[in-house]
Parts: sequence; C-alpha cells; structure tokens
Amino acid sequence: MRTWIEGWPVYRQLTGPDKLGRGTASRSDRTESLRARTQDADRVTQSICPFCAVGCGQRVFTRGGRVVQVEGDPDSPISRGRLCPKGSSTLSLVTAPERVTTVRYRRPHGTEWEDLDLDTALDMIVDRVLTTRRRTWQETDDEGRHLRRTTGIASLGGATLDNEENYLMKKLYTALGAVQIENQARI
Amino acid sequence: MAEAHPVGFQWVMEAKRRGATVIHVDPRFTRTSAVADLHVPIRAGTDIAFLGGLIHHVLETGAYFEEYVRAYTNGPMLLREDFADTEDLDGLFSGFDPETGSYDTETWQYAGMTATSSAGDRDLDVHEAERGQMPGSGGAPIATDPDRDDTMQDPRCVLQVLRRHYARYTPEKVHEICGIPVETFRRVADALVENSGRERTSAFAYAVGWTHHTVGVQYIRAASVLQALLGNIGRPGGGILALRGHASIQGSTDIPTLFDLLPGYIPMPHAHRDQDLATFIEANGGTKGFWGDLDAYVVSLLKAWFGDAATPENDFCFDHLPRLTGDHSSFRTVMDQAEGKVPGYFVIGENPAVGTANARMQRHGLAQLEWLVVRDLNMIETATFWKNGPEIATGEMRTEDIGTEIFFLPAAAHTEKDGTFTNTQRLLQWHHKAAEPPGDCRSDLWFYYELGRRLKARVAGSDDPRDRPLQDLTWDYPVDGTGEPSADAVLREINGVDGEGKALPGYTALKADGSTSSGCWIYCGVYADEVNQSARRRPGAEQDLLAPEWGWAWPMNRRVLYNRASADPDGRPWSERKKLTWWDGERWAGPDVPDFPVDVPPDYVPPRDARAAKAIGGAEPFVMQSDGRAWLHAPAGLADGPMPTHYEPEESPVGNALYGQRANPARQRFERADNPYHPEPGTPGAAVYPYVFTTFRVTEHHTAGGMSRWTPHLNELQPEMFLEVSPELAAERGLTHGGWAHVVTARSAIEGRVLVTERAKPLRHGDRVIHQIGVPWHWGPNGLSTGDAANELLGVSLDPNVHIMETKAATCDIRPGRRPRGPELVTYLADRRRQAGLEEEQR
Amino acid sequence: MNPVNSLSGPLADPAADAGYAAGHPPRVGFFTDTSVCIGCKACEVACKEWNALPADGVGDHGAAGDVLGLTGMSYDNTGGLGASTYRHVAFVEQRVPARDSAPVDLGMPSTDLPGAVQPGADREDATEVRWLMSSDVCKHCAHAACLDVCPTGSLIRTEHGTVLVQEDICNGCGYCIPACPYGVIDQRQGDGRAFKCTMCQDRLGAGLAPACATACPTESIRFGPLDELRERADARLAELHDRGVGEARLYGRDPDDGVGGDGAFFLLLDEPEVYGLPPDPVVTTRDLPSMWRHAAGAALAVAGAVAAAFLGGRR
Repeated sequence: MRTWIEGWPVYRQLTGPDKLGRGTASRSDRTESLRARTQDADRVTQSICPFCAVGCGQRVFTRGGRVVQVEGDPDSPISRGRLCPKGSSTLSLVTAPERVTTVRYRRPHGTEWEDLDLDTALDMIVDRVLTTRRRTWQETDDEGRHLRRTTGIASLGGATLDNEENYLMKKLYTALGAVQIENQARI
Repeated sequence: MAEAHPVGFQWVMEAKRRGATVIHVDPRFTRTSAVADLHVPIRAGTDIAFLGGLIHHVLETGAYFEEYVRAYTNGPMLLREDFADTEDLDGLFSGFDPETGSYDTETWQYAGMTATSSAGDRDLDVHEAERGQMPGSGGAPIATDPDRDDTMQDPRCVLQVLRRHYARYTPEKVHEICGIPVETFRRVADALVENSGRERTSAFAYAVGWTHHTVGVQYIRAASVLQALLGNIGRPGGGILALRGHASIQGSTDIPTLFDLLPGYIPMPHAHRDQDLATFIEANGGTKGFWGDLDAYVVSLLKAWFGDAATPENDFCFDHLPRLTGDHSSFRTVMDQAEGKVPGYFVIGENPAVGTANARMQRHGLAQLEWLVVRDLNMIETATFWKNGPEIATGEMRTEDIGTEIFFLPAAAHTEKDGTFTNTQRLLQWHHKAAEPPGDCRSDLWFYYELGRRLKARVAGSDDPRDRPLQDLTWDYPVDGTGEPSADAVLREINGVDGEGKALPGYTALKADGSTSSGCWIYCGVYADEVNQSARRRPGAEQDLLAPEWGWAWPMNRRVLYNRASADPDGRPWSERKKLTWWDGERWAGPDVPDFPVDVPPDYVPPRDARAAKAIGGAEPFVMQSDGRAWLHAPAGLADGPMPTHYEPEESPVGNALYGQRANPARQRFERADNPYHPEPGTPGAAVYPYVFTTFRVTEHHTAGGMSRWTPHLNELQPEMFLEVSPELAAERGLTHGGWAHVVTARSAIEGRVLVTERAKPLRHGDRVIHQIGVPWHWGPNGLSTGDAANELLGVSLDPNVHIMETKAATCDIRPGRRPRGPELVTYLADRRRQAGLEEEQR
Repeated sequence: MNPVNSLSGPLADPAADAGYAAGHPPRVGFFTDTSVCIGCKACEVACKEWNALPADGVGDHGAAGDVLGLTGMSYDNTGGLGASTYRHVAFVEQRVPARDSAPVDLGMPSTDLPGAVQPGADREDATEVRWLMSSDVCKHCAHAACLDVCPTGSLIRTEHGTVLVQEDICNGCGYCIPACPYGVIDQRQGDGRAFKCTMCQDRLGAGLAPACATACPTESIRFGPLDELRERADARLAELHDRGVGEARLYGRDPDDGVGGDGAFFLLLDEPEVYGLPPDPVVTTRDLPSMWRHAAGAALAVAGAVAAAFLGGRR
C-alpha cells in the first residue's frame, strides 16, 4: 500500500527513476489493479463453437453464473486455440441484449405479440399436435398400402442442433407418425 | 474456405508454407483466391465440364495410378452390352423415360448380373415415381464377382467406357464451356498430376458451391472419379473433403432429421401392402460389406426406441414406423403448406422465411398454417413474417388475414446446454454446459423431452392403435433440478447397450436377435467402456497429428475412411512417405484405427457363401461397397446417370456445348405460378434475364444471418446487403460504385449497394461475354443490419438424388437504383415476366 | 542504473527508460505477417469483445433499419483505426500484371511493385487481380510521441515496453492525437477521452497473449518478446525472398528508424503507402529538445523584452 505522498505522481517523478513521468511515476491505481477478467472467472468450461462445421474448441469463462468471456481452446487439435470473427463474437451472441428470453404468442389473425406462460404454451402445443394428428391421420393409401402416418405436421430443424436433440426429435416424430421431418442439411 | 471456414484454413496455410500448391476454383475471386497460388475463375454451374476435363487429361495422358485403379476401383468391371452412354444418345444414358423424367437404371449394371445399390435401391416393389426418394449409400452387386478384365483394355470395361464418356472434354472444350483459358487449365492439370501417385497425394475441398446444383451429387461424383483414378482416396493428404457450413450439419444427417432416413443412413421404409422386417432387410441390405449387417442395425434401433415392446414375435415393432410414398422433402412440404394441406409446423433453429430458396413461397406456406412453433435465440423472420414480411409491404398479405397461430419459444445457446456436435470430419465433440439459460430459454432437448413426456401422458390410457408407437416409445431420461434431461443419457442410448445393460464397444457387437439396442449404429462406440468418448480432451499438443484422444469420430474413432487403400494389395504402404495403415504380418497396423477387419490378411479370399463383413476380400478396401471397390461408374444408386455429365443449370445464358440435352434430364422441377423459371437460352424472352448470378457467404456473417445479424461487432464489419459486379458490367448497366442497384428475376427483385470490383471478371463463351453477379445471402428484414434476402431471387429446381436446390447458378437482370416498393414491386415483376413471355405461359 | 531519457534514436529498452527496474518483463510486441493474412477480421472482433468496445456507428441496438453503412472500400467497413477500433484490417484491391511464371508461394506477382495497372487495360491476358489484406494496430513505438506530449500522465510506457492510455487519468485534451505519426490514437465521440490499443495490458499481466493474436486463425498476428519476433520476421522474409517473393519487406522492424523501431511491426508485400501506412514515420517529438532550447531562448528574450518594457515604462 502506497502512502498518500507516494501515490502522488509528481513525488514519484521527482524521487524515482522516471524523471520525465512517462512510466513508473505516472501509473494510476487502475493500471496497477488491471486484471484479466478470465483470472476472476469462477469456472472455465470447454465447449465447441456453434457456427460452422470446423468445430473449433472454445473456453467459456463464467463468473457468478454469467458468461464473461469466450475464447479459443488451445488444447483443441482442430483449431489450436484460434477462432474466426464469428467464433470470436460468441460472447455477444450468448449475452446479446436483443435475445428474446420469454415466450411470445401470436393468436390467429392477431396483430401483436402477447405474453404466454411456458407451461401453458407446452400444453397448447400438445393439444394442437394431437388434434392435427387425429384429423390428418392416414392409415392406408387408396391402394391399400399401409401408411400409419400424418402428413399434417412438419418439422424443419437447423444444423446447430445437438445430436441428442436430433435424436429425440426423430424418435418422437416417428412414433407420432410424422414423416415430413427435415433439416438445414438438405437446404 | 478462407471465407467460410477460416480456422480450418489454417491447415491449408500451413501446408502452403511447407510447399503445397493451393488452387482455388470459384466463379468469384474471394479471400481464398487472394492467398492461393492460382485462382481459376469458372462460369457458375460448369464444374463437371472442368472436372471432366481433368478426368480426360488423366485418362488420355495415362497419368492415373494404374495399380490402384486396377485393384481398388471398378475400372476392370465389364458393363452390359445394352448400356448406352451420353455420347450415343446426345446427352442421355440408356433407360431414360421422358414421360416420368426418370431413369430405369438396369442397363447401367455390370454384365451378367443384376446390380443394385445397398441401403436403399433394392426395394423393387416401390412405385417407379418413388424410386428417387430412396437413398443409396453406395453398395454394390448382390451376386458374386462380376465379369472383369484386369488388363482394362476390353472396350466394355468401366475404364474404357469412362474414357469414351469424357473423350470430348478437351482443354479447348473446357475453355468454351467454363471460360477457363487452356493455359490455366493445363497448369491445374499438371499440378494435380504431379502431386498424385505413390509418393504424393492431393485433396479436394468443397462446400455448397458444389452441392447447390441440379447436378450437385454428380459434382461430388466427378471429384470421386478423379480422386479414385489418381489414387487419392483412403490415403493421408488425399480425399474429398466436404466443408459443411453448420456446427452439426454432419450430425443432422448421421442422426437425421431428414424424411428419407433413419439414424445411421438406414432408409425410411416405403409403403407396401405388406412388408415385414425381413423383406425390408432383404430389400435394403446387401450381402457383402458392412451393409450386410443391416438387420442388426435396424433391430437394435427398434430396441432402442421401443424397448421391451419390441420382440421377435412382433417384428420388433417394425410396423410402428410410418411409411413414405414419395417425396416428403422440405420443398414439397412447403408447396403443400401453401396449398393448406399441412396445418402444423415446427421450425427449430432454422429460418426459412429468408433462409430457403424462393423465400416468398416459404412465407406463403407459413401464412397457410394453422399453427407454427418457432424456437430460436433471436426474433427471426420466420416468426415475424405476419408482421413485417415483404408481402405485407406489397399488399399481397394482410396481417389480419393471416390465421397462423404462432408460438415463439426462446432457445438455450450452446453454452447453456450439454451435447455433441459432429463436425465436418465426422468428429463428435461434447460441449459442456457453462451457464443456465435465461428466462424461458430452454434447450431443444428439454423441449422435445417435455413434449414427448406430455404427449405420452395424454395417450397413456388410449386404446387407439395409432397411439401404440407413442405408448411403447422409451422415454425415460434422468432430469436435473431444472427439469433438463440428461444429454449424456441420450448419448448413451444412441451408443447402445447389450442384454445386461452395458454400453456396447462398437457396431460390430450389434445383434439382430434383439439382445442389443443402439439408437444409431454408426455412433456405436461413442460411449464405449461407459465413458463419454466425445468429451475426451487430451490436448492436441500431447498427441500425434490424428489426435485420436480428442473427441470421437464415427465410425469406431477412425480418422481416415477406407485407410486400407493407403497400402497396396499385399498390405505394404504404397510409399514410406504416405503410409497410414499396413499389414504387419498379423494384423492391420498404423496410427489410425484400421478401416478393415483388423485380422483379415491381404490374401484372404472369402468363400463363395460368405456374407456381410466376412465376404470382404483381403485386398478390397471399400468395405461399405459390396464389391469392395471405388466406383468410377456407378452401376446403381444414382437417379441421374452412372457417370457425371456436363449439364447446364436450370437457368443459364447458353446452351449445352456438348450435348443436345441441355440440363439434367432427371432434375426435379415444379411448374407452378409461384415458382416461374426463366426462358431457355436462345428463346426470345431469355434476354430479359441476361446475366448469371451466384450466391455466396462472407466471413463476417453466418448463413441467413440468424446468428450473426444481432451481433454489433459482426454487423459493423459487413453492415449492408451488397452486390458484386465487374467494372465492365457496371459500365454496361450504368451502375455506380456505392450506389444502389437491384437484381431482378421472375421470382422477385432485391436491392443492395453496388460493389464494383476488379475481382469480378467477365468470362467469354464463344463470342459472348458472360457477366456474373455475386449475391451474398445473409440479410433479411430483422436484426441490427437489414437488407433484402438473396433467397427471394431463387426458384426451386432440385437435384434428383437428394432434393437439394440450385442456388449457385441462375439468371437475372441488374438495374441501377432501388427496387420498386409496395404494390409497385408486384406490377414491376409481372411486367418483366410478360416481357419474357412467362406470364401468359404460366398464369 | 538510471538510463538516459531520450526522445529519438535507437533505444534498447523503453521500459527501463521509463523507470522500470532491471528485471522488468521483456519488451513485447506484434509481428503481423500480411502474407498469410486472410482478411477474416477475427482480430477486430476478438479485440472488441475482450475490450468491450462499441461497434462504430452502431446506435441503439435493435433499432429498425440500417444503423451502419458500407464504406465501399472493398471489404473494409471500419475504415481505419480509431477510438473504438484498435485493430483494423485493410483491404487493397488492385489489378496487376499477370504472372507468367509457374505458381509462386504467395499468389503474388513476381514483378516489382507497386505496379497496379490502370482500369480499362485489357483483362483477358496481361493482368490479374491482387487482393492484399493487412491488420493494422498501434505501433507501440520505442519513441512514442503520444506519450511524450501527454500533459496528464495518462499515456505511459508499461513494464512490457508498450504504450498505454490510462483511461482513469485521461482528461480528453487530445494533444496525443496529432502527435501520433501513424494517426492511430483518437478520441471517442460522446466520451471525449483518447483510446487506442492497450496490447491487452490486463491480459499481459495474466500471462496471456492479446486477444487479437490469440484469435488469429493463420498466425498472421504473432505476439511475443520483440527480440524473438524480429528473428522470426527476418527468417520469414528470407524464406519469402528465397521463393521469389522479392516484394516482401519488413516495416517498422528497424530500431534505427524514425520512431526507434515499432513494438508492432509488419511484413508487407508492397510499399507501405499501398496499405495506408506512412513510408517513413518520425516521432513528432524528435525535435522537442531543440525546440525547447529554442523556445527557452525565445522565452528568455521575450521575458527580457517585457522586463525592459516595464522597466522602461517606469522611467
């Protein structure tokens, strides 16, 4: 801890080696206390970049449960710690103020969004899936071939879905009899 | 590659530093071209002519790797007498039916036998029109060894047929079609040949510039033929590398959310009056190679899905699977939506309202839904089309008239959930959850788990037979305190377990008797030894170049597919320099996991009655093919020809310089009022859309912008929609650098700032100058930087094998100034269509 | 030992010159090899993300319509270094004579440069396009005029030999801005204070490389002790010259140049002007001592005259 007089740059300039006050004599308290915020992270989590398919390693630094920095994982033999501009923007991607964090609902013919409780939304979607499925069920075609399906419910997934997510999707849809299940991988 | 995969490109730069020659073939001069040794500008949509020219060069100069071709490709196989080539039929192969626009592929097969592809094309009962929907995963003849001539001199052997097929793909023809100067072409050919053979290998890397065509599959095939001829497959530094555009787009086909596939490239069953599991297996499996164990893969999948309910007595619930009756792909579905036939739609991390070709048709589909669920990080255009879509501005739609009920559910980011992405080299990498998702944001895993849980609860007491699959569905996953299901448990189910519930070591342990389960056979082994192998993170610096202890690559953590081909038929490396897998006297050895039965010696000759893996000879590296060979000529499995052939795109400014047949005869077209195509070249209306445009991406944005248009630091770098034109085109059309211009097609018009650049160079085609316009496709109405979407311009015409649309080459006009706004846009487009003679024709 | 303070000429150890005791960390810097730059701008984004810098021109987030604009300067839309842009990638598009030789390492013309061909020349044969990219940054000069003119002591030399703006000290006087021979430092609108590259001083303290160098996919930006970087750069230059890339040159590497050598130096493939860099930068305070002497003399003369006037007036 510096005393008040030692904290005074002019004193330091006059008494120290930095006679022109261009270095040690002029260092501010903020400069002295600079720390990389990655040093103060509670946790570093290894992740994978969500953009293209190169699959660069990412290190996600969190503090107090919030992501404070995302950078390349030098351990990755794929990327060797590097990231492109998109990968480098990951912190902004996941902490964007524009990110929508509540359910939005637009009723038929509605002109504005409305709020909706997540649990209620799920139940409403379940209702619609069952109703539509019942209404559009095809047991056989007109030649008597077995179909046991619905062509009333379609799905289009992005290719940033995890394998586990795709797996549950395909599994559930197939059990429901939905066949128009598609992905960015085609388009 | 530098543009869209910059971090992957570090390896190219490193190779270059060590002396590799980097050649970039692209209609545009990009950041990749800037650092390549050679940029080869090419007319968009003519790559098969270019690659065919290289094949021609390799065959005519004798530069192919003869021993490799003889032993490891089907070059020596003899074809049937009644096979007719495009040289005989002016651009058609034998078997084409103009009525259905499809091929009967029987005459493409080997002499003296019936040949069909494995995993898909043998389902003979299926209606002819539905054949195209059946994926072929490679595969081969059912019968035993076909006739062959190992001297490869017989005029009916594949190598000679191939030589005749490409006889006219000369450097001069390449120049005429592609606009590539003969001298430039020769430099490419020389570099490729000099860097192939025993001591050296060359690699091809491609992205959607090759797949987004009406002949996209054949583009890749052309590279496969070339690389097989040069001996560049299964060897280090070789291959054909797909640079996929999304974090897990590879995973999305491996564990497909695709209509025609079950996990692990098993075809979805087609409709029949009566088909049991055995018939399905027989129709879709093979007798030789690893597809020969299809029964084990399918039964294990059904066990994973339906658990104890799946028994040998009930065919393991095979009838729980719904049946296909044709094309149920995305574009077909959207057209059905527009006609009001599909009430419900889930859109999960995808943005078709700006992200898919013919975006207007997409939005018309959305507007005819009863209900729509959108899950995303950001408020994307697919969720807001009813409020601010282009049709609201033109008056074609009114918000109040749109009956679509919309649920927007905010999604968790990758940092907020556990799970695996499969990258472009088949590597599964686990991403660990770092933080809780905010507010109502949830993972898609949570959403589907919760949806399934509630649906199962609702039908629990039902006695309706259609609810049985849902009732029987296994759906027990541990959840954490926030209700999030365990992705780890799901991955373990994908891996599969044995009868005692222990994680399986790999797909060769799968059984057809119901004693094993596995949600995706090619991923079996990812949870070997009860360890999440995808989460392994031994630092690369502590490993060799293959880094086998980082993540897990399917299949079996193998890093180079078909690596048996890196050794000669006797099992010795082709060269010390390029050795990877070799026979050490007792087993296949080397740093990689051998892609071969590990103890089958090179001289093994299978008995006549052997099947599946045991039927693979010791010198047959292509273990997924049931002839064990790489296919120069594909006797089965393709809808549009056994050998790649140059066809012009659906829309191009010139005719086909090689054949009377202009475009891919089997391509999928949709003649609809909302999907007009431009007039063919040479017809009077063609001049209305005289230029070529090609879509592209820039480094600073991601796809249609759903993940990049909300980030300030990316948007300041590429803040506006722009159009790249050459100085010559700018002069011809009066376009000003930095000013506005709009591009017009029969579908729509979009505007952008003009970027006049020397990088864009007109190409010559005979006495014609071809101008090509670069149109980036990252924009839409929402986000921090907004602009018109390139997908407005595109019509829908598809590759017949995979239903992928052509976005990389089409025709257009470009005019100075902004496009008309409001209802005037509709009138403007209609006027142009009338001038082109399209309006009377199609309306 | 207290080294002699100096404002120009070779300076082996700028940190020692600023009062840091022996044993201070080695001088670090950037070597930016533009021959492997792919213009991806990861450096720009990584810098802004780490330093929480605003996007230039981005106003209210989520505002409808464009809040940004295309500059029309190739793929460069940030325009230059500034108070919110500490790394900037320049894009230079030129038509140049075509190569007639076999492929060389860099895809660059083998003729002497600069040799841009004027638009309108025949494009079929004799010309081709060259697209140069280069990530610019504060040079962290051995003799930093910005630092020398700073009246508040906000700009300092750090223990790593770099030049740092202390934002808690800066009062926004702006003297540093015209002092910089490279036009790097700038005042942030709405804030008033001066900002520039800190070489991620906070990261250096934690033993980390700066954010830009950490991200750079092709190692175009290398960070490290300056001595090592100079050796590496010399080797790279020799390698390129061996491969026939005669136009490759180092910029800012020489300790004898007008700024005493840059802490951030470059390998360029053309004259510095092509990249928007001054060809022969000189520390603007080089003549400060003699100016002070002259000023002092003048001041004495004025004082004498004034005194004489007063004295005279009293007569």
